Amino acid sequence: MTAPRRPVAAELRKSLDLQPVLVPFFAIVLALVVGAVAILLIGKNPLEAYWALARGMFGSTDRIAASLGRSTPFIGAALAVAFAFRAGLFNIGAEGQLLVGATAAAWVGTWSSTRGMPGVVAIPVLLVAGAAAGLVYGGIPGALKARTGAHEVITTIMLNSIALLYVRWMVSSQDPIILRDTGSTVPRTATIESSARLPDLVSSEPPLHLGFFIMVALAALAWFVLQRTTFGFEIRTIGANADAARYAGMNVGRTMLLAMAISGAFAGLAGAGEISGTSGFLSPGVFIGIGFDSIAIALLARANPYAIIPASILWGSMLSGAGLMQQDVGLSIDAVRIIQALVLLFVAADVIVRTVFRLRREAAGAFETSTLASGWGSS
Amino acid sequence: MPPVTVSTTGASDARVVLEARKITKTFPGVIANQDVDLTLHHGEIHCLLGENGAGKSTLMNVLYGLYRPDSGEILVRGEPVSFDSSSDAIARGIGMVHQHFQLIPTFTVAENVALGHETSHRGRLDLDVTRERIADIAVRYGLAVDPDAVVGELSVGVQQRIELIKALERDAEILILDEPTAVLTPGEVDDFFEVVRTLVDKGKSIVFITHKLREVLAVADRISVLRGGRTVGHADPKTSTEQDLANLMVGRDVVFAVDKAPSKPGVPELTLRDVSITDSRGVETVRSLDLQVRRGEIYGIAGVEGNGQRELVEAVTGMRTPSAGTISLGDEDITHRTPRHIADLGVGHVPEDRNRHGVVGSFSVAENSVLNQYHQRPFSSRLLRRDQPIRAWATTLVSQFDIRTPGIDVLVSTLSGGNQQKVIVAREMSRPELRLLVVAQPTRGLDVGSIEFIHSRIVEMRDAGVAVLLVSAELDEILSLSDRIGVMYRGELAGEFDRADTSREEVGLLMASGKQEEART
Repeated sequence: MTAPRRPVAAELRKSLDLQPVLVPFFAIVLALVVGAVAILLIGKNPLEAYWALARGMFGSTDRIAASLGRSTPFIGAALAVAFAFRAGLFNIGAEGQLLVGATAAAWVGTWSSTRGMPGVVAIPVLLVAGAAAGLVYGGIPGALKARTGAHEVITTIMLNSIALLYVRWMVSSQDPIILRDTGSTVPRTATIESSARLPDLVSSEPPLHLGFFIMVALAALAWFVLQRTTFGFEIRTIGANADAARYAGMNVGRTMLLAMAISGAFAGLAGAGEISGTSGFLSPGVFIGIGFDSIAIALLARANPYAIIPASILWGSMLSGAGLMQQDVGLSIDAVRIIQALVLLFVAADVIVRTVFRLRREAAGAFETSTLASGWGSS
Repeated sequence: MPPVTVSTTGASDARVVLEARKITKTFPGVIANQDVDLTLHHGEIHCLLGENGAGKSTLMNVLYGLYRPDSGEILVRGEPVSFDSSSDAIARGIGMVHQHFQLIPTFTVAENVALGHETSHRGRLDLDVTRERIADIAVRYGLAVDPDAVVGELSVGVQQRIELIKALERDAEILILDEPTAVLTPGEVDDFFEVVRTLVDKGKSIVFITHKLREVLAVADRISVLRGGRTVGHADPKTSTEQDLANLMVGRDVVFAVDKAPSKPGVPELTLRDVSITDSRGVETVRSLDLQVRRGEIYGIAGVEGNGQRELVEAVTGMRTPSAGTISLGDEDITHRTPRHIADLGVGHVPEDRNRHGVVGSFSVAENSVLNQYHQRPFSSRLLRRDQPIRAWATTLVSQFDIRTPGIDVLVSTLSGGNQQKVIVAREMSRPELRLLVVAQPTRGLDVGSIEFIHSRIVEMRDAGVAVLLVSAELDEILSLSDRIGVMYRGELAGEFDRADTSREEVGLLMASGKQEEART
């Protein structure tokens, strides 16, 4: 019998347990090995390539800062995917929700009334606008799911297309002019007021701005909500066993709707953070792929809010460091995409990793989320 | 084909067709089988009796080639064999019918039987051969079934017959039946025994796994009892009683009769008036039902499964809204209330399907202990969960209900079925101000020890003045616990009895009336 009143010791033991990170870790190792073969086939030296990649990722203060800057939106968007997933919902729509959030922020940021505000007011206004837009846009598939049972995978994919095309039109259209900056020859919005810009900590390219720490705090918040609140308990119960949740008197539809809306808010906040911290304006196609990469990151982190931070940093820094690899070794940035795809492949097909590295299977149900990659269609 | 021995039960001769010698099989941390011996004679029904977790299924999986034993020998017709997979076992004439059917519901009978060794004709599936073989088996063993019926539309009893046909179609001489009666209705069980006897008469040899004592005595030629992974004894069904077998199985004296004083019923707690319920397919499964459960009594609902009991329980607990009628708890109309509202009024619900509804397997014992009370004080305050009260509560339940678990942080899915059920029972019975306890199939699949425990707790609740609505497909359970009995048949209350004024036969007959069209296909 374990003594009942030792939660601290139990937490500590849990945190020292390396089991949960073994599969992702070895998946990365295996992806690098297989990726090396791919690089060899291209006719380059994989060791040189990896060395250049590593230097590109973390070779100097500036590069580290750039890596973290690049990782920032991934944290928020991956949290969005993970949060919904804990409620048993597969939110494919982070892409669209992020874009809607960014658009709202870009719009609010150009209001003349924003100009007069001090940063401590303007920045929160901008971020809240982005989060609210994402909240609504994530709430739509949530409501459809709760009211009609429409599968969120289908609806979020469709909403992605709608968001992408609609935002592109709003930013590009010259007649009528909606968000387009008339002073610019290329389609883009006007630059937001400087008071609404998140301050840079390191002016790298991309910069490491305050948004990074906001995203880290967001991960802590997501963890707290899931683990420590009654609402989080409802979300986790629904995700683990929706029938049991219904039996336990939980309002499954309402909780799903809220989970999707909050998920959308996380993604919207990530989009607003990018407008405010990195680009300062919105142009068509600027955030393409962040929402989709976030699904991969959430998978790598097994929908654990804390694990999303290192997973996002790994993801963002690889993209950030790939430039140096291209420059030094002459290897296309796409090589990094191949490695990332392999990481995902091995995380999803964890049997391969377990067989190669002879890992034993963790106790059944050790992860509420271990089926992230399989069987979403059956829910 | 071996020569046909024509006789009734007990047709075994001395030839040993299957022998297991000193089989040992361990899993990490568990010795599932230790030096287990089993001898199966030609033409006999050998019952393997044991509680859940005694190692019966492990032994059978070893014999069927699904597990490799750590040590020990298997001999088929005197010849030592080593199985790498079940196909090796099948090749040696061993067939197995699993407790959970291995059928594809959307396929026809013939397609299911052919599955895995289909005959094809230039790439086209040819089921004619299979159909012929099914017809042949039907004649020889009395296992009639329409080869072109879709499996999902057939009754459980017929589905089991298909499992048998699958084994026979592959020329199995030795049949391993793993808890074959667990899913059958009393009438279907009788039919099934008839089939089993026919099989034995035609020269098949059968290992029959069960933990139901009545069945063992009804069907076995010989009995072996497993406990804790070891063979603890053999028994002769002609000279043994249920009590002997139970004691051997559990390892101590088992109290069979539930010890209870006469009920002292009080005022009505649950009242159903003219209630009709429509299930998710739109079929009216409960029709104009009137029912009353009083404080301090156990009202047992008997009936073959699928006669509306599930929908009735769902309606009472708020998980389904009746299409007509009213349900009240005390003076309050709860017909259209949510499960949360009803539970908070003091209604405990031990659900029929414990894994689907009762627990969340990937949650800890502690989290499951407040699964439907997490929102109440002291387990939460202002939307935050409070860890210490939850842990203290879970610890209390574990000790009060003797839940065998390494700790309250252990995932519920790692506990045995009996202990999972105890988690649910503990949670529901310990509700503050419990007024009504709705208990559905409370001991399904549990071992004798857990059944005893749960039964006595249900009676304790009754004695404390709680109204208990008990739904069970086990007639024995209904008879031994209930103060009043209602029999459900096709969504209606076909009869209502005081326990003292009725008999097993009377209730059984009412349960079964009109089962004719279900028995044969």
